[in-house]
Amino acid sequence: MPLPADTDVSTPKYLRDKYAIVGIGETSYTRGSGKTTRALGTWAFRNAIADAGLKPSDIDGMLSYSGNDSTASTFIAGDVGSRLNFYMDCIGGGSSTEALIGIAIGVMEAGLCKTVAIFRAMNGFSQVRIGGTGARSAAPVNGDMLHNRAYGWQSAGQNFAPTFMRHMYEYGTKPEQLAMVKVVHSEHASNNPKAYYKKRFTVDEVLSSRMICKPLHLLDCCVETDNGTCIIVTSAERAKDLKHKSPLIRGIVGRCSKPRMDMHYQHGPISRVGGYYAKDILWPNAGVGPEDVDATGAYDAFTFTSMLQLEDYGFCKKGEGGDYVSSGITRLGGRRPNNTSGGHLCEAYTHGMNMVIENVRQLRGTVDDSCPEDADGKKIHTYDYREGGCRCVKDIEVTANLGWANPMTTSAMVMRRGF
Amino acid sequence: MSLKGDYMGMALSVDDLDGENIGYFKHCAAHNFHLQKCDDCSLLRYPPTTACPWCASAKATWTPVEGKGTVYSYNEVHHAIQPAFKAKTPYMLLLVELDTQKGAPTPDEGLRVAANLTLPSGELAPPDMVKKVGIGSRMRMVFADVSEGLSIPQWTIDEAAPQPEKPWRYPQE
Repeated sequence: MPLPADTDVSTPKYLRDKYAIVGIGETSYTRGSGKTTRALGTWAFRNAIADAGLKPSDIDGMLSYSGNDSTASTFIAGDVGSRLNFYMDCIGGGSSTEALIGIAIGVMEAGLCKTVAIFRAMNGFSQVRIGGTGARSAAPVNGDMLHNRAYGWQSAGQNFAPTFMRHMYEYGTKPEQLAMVKVVHSEHASNNPKAYYKKRFTVDEVLSSRMICKPLHLLDCCVETDNGTCIIVTSAERAKDLKHKSPLIRGIVGRCSKPRMDMHYQHGPISRVGGYYAKDILWPNAGVGPEDVDATGAYDAFTFTSMLQLEDYGFCKKGEGGDYVSSGITRLGGRRPNNTSGGHLCEAYTHGMNMVIENVRQLRGTVDDSCPEDADGKKIHTYDYREGGCRCVKDIEVTANLGWANPMTTSAMVMRRGF
Repeated sequence: MSLKGDYMGMALSVDDLDGENIGYFKHCAAHNFHLQKCDDCSLLRYPPTTACPWCASAKATWTPVEGKGTVYSYNEVHHAIQPAFKAKTPYMLLLVELDTQKGAPTPDEGLRVAANLTLPSGELAPPDMVKKVGIGSRMRMVFADVSEGLSIPQWTIDEAAPQPEKPWRYPQE
C-alpha cells in the first residue's frame, strides 16, 4: 500500500520508514518463573537475536526499563558476549516500550551505535507484584506521598479510578461496555498458545467477578506474570539483509503528557488522557491517521485504559469509546482488532512489550497461532477465529501501539508492513 | 523540624528539608487548611509545590482556604492493598473540588483535594455512609490526627449544606 511520505509533519525532523524492528523475543509467560530477572532478560534477548538472524556481537546498543525490579543491561549483554557502544537503563513502566524505541532511533541516527536491543525483565507475580500487594504495600510514606498513599491511594487501579469514574459520569459509559474489552481480548488469547489465560470470558463473568476498586472488577484488571521480553531495532537499510521482511517504523510519540504533571487531576477534563496531546505528534509524523490503521495495541492494564486511549487517539469521537470497544470493531475479524495476542488482560503483563511484539508478528505474517503448517513449517492461516483457531489479521498493512503509563502520560508507535 | 507518625499501619514522615510539605502540615496540625498563594499571580495551588504551576514564581504565602467543596470523582476500594486498610473496606478516596478558585484559571482547572470519606472525627467512614456519597455530594474538611504536630485532611459529609437528591454513583452496587 502506498503511504504518503511528504505530507505535513509535526516536527521538521521525521524518520518515516528509516528504522525497522528486526527481532522479537520473549520467555514463557508464567506465574512463578523460578528464575532471576537476569536469566529472564538473557532468555528473551537470545530469542530476539535468533529471531532476527543476528549474532550477539551484532548488538551494540541496549536499552531497558524497570521500576528497580529488573537486571541492568550490563549483565544481560555480558552474559551473551555483546560489547556495547551505547546502553542505558531507564526508570519506567507502561509507555516505556514505544518511547525507548524512539530513543533507540535517536541514538542510532546520532551515530552512537548501529543496532539496539530493548528489554524488560520482571517477576511481576513472584517478586515485585505489579498490582502493588506484597512488600511494596507496607512501604514507609514520606513527603509528597502523604497526599496519596496515606489515604490508601496507591496501586495503579486505585490511582486511575477517578479518571475512569469521571468518564462514566460525563459520557454514560457502561460497565458492560468495558467488560467487552476483556471479552474480546480473551477471545484473542484463546487463539494464542502462549497466553497465560486462554479461557474465553463473557460480559456476565466480568461483571460478577469480585470488585477490586470501583469501577474495576477483578476481570477488568490485567494478569500479573513473570517474563522477559526483547525487541531489536536497526536501520531499514541493515534490515534488508536480515531474516524477515521487518516492519518499518512510521512514527513515534514518547511519554507525551497532560498538564500539571505533579498532580494531573488538577487540570481537567480528567476523563481525558495523554493521547489527546500525543495524537497531534503521532499521526502527522507517521503520515497516516486512525482510519489507515488495521490493528491496534491499546495498552490494557485495565479494560478502561484500552478504551480511553482508542478514544483520545481519535479512533472514535470523544465519549464514544464505550460504543467503540463493544461494537465488534476491536475483535479479530472486525475492522480494527485490538490486542490480538490477548494483551495484558490475558496473555501476560510485560509493561507494553508483548503488544508491540504481537503487531510485529502480525505485520510479518508470522503469527504463532494453532493454524496448520506447510512442509516448510510456514503457517497456513485459516482466518477462522473461533476458539483455538487463527489469530492472523488478513491484509494487514499498518498498526498502532498506544502505550499507557497513567491517565497523564502516553507513548505510541505506528508501524507498517515491510517490503 | 521533621514530622513523623504512625497512621493506619504506615510510617508517615516529612523531612525537615521539605519546607513545602512542612508548611502545609503545620497548618493541618492546627486543623486549619492553608494553601500556597502565589505572591506574583495570586493563584492558589494544591498540592504543595516549589514554584507556581502558572507563572513559575518561587514566592508564595500560606493562605487560609475554606475546606468546602463538591465530589468531582472518587474511587471505592473493596480490595485493599495496604494491610491496615483491609479491615476498613469498602473505603472511599474522594477527589473534592474546592469552591475556592473553581474553574480558574481555565474552566478545566480547580483545586481538587484528595482524601478519604470519614466521620467528623476523621475515622474512615462506615459502609452505610459510603453508600450515600457520589459525584456531586457536598463535603467539608475535617482532620485526622496522626501524631503530635502531624494531622492530615479528610472529607466528611457537609450535613449543613443542601445535598443532591441522588449523587452519581457507579451503576453496580
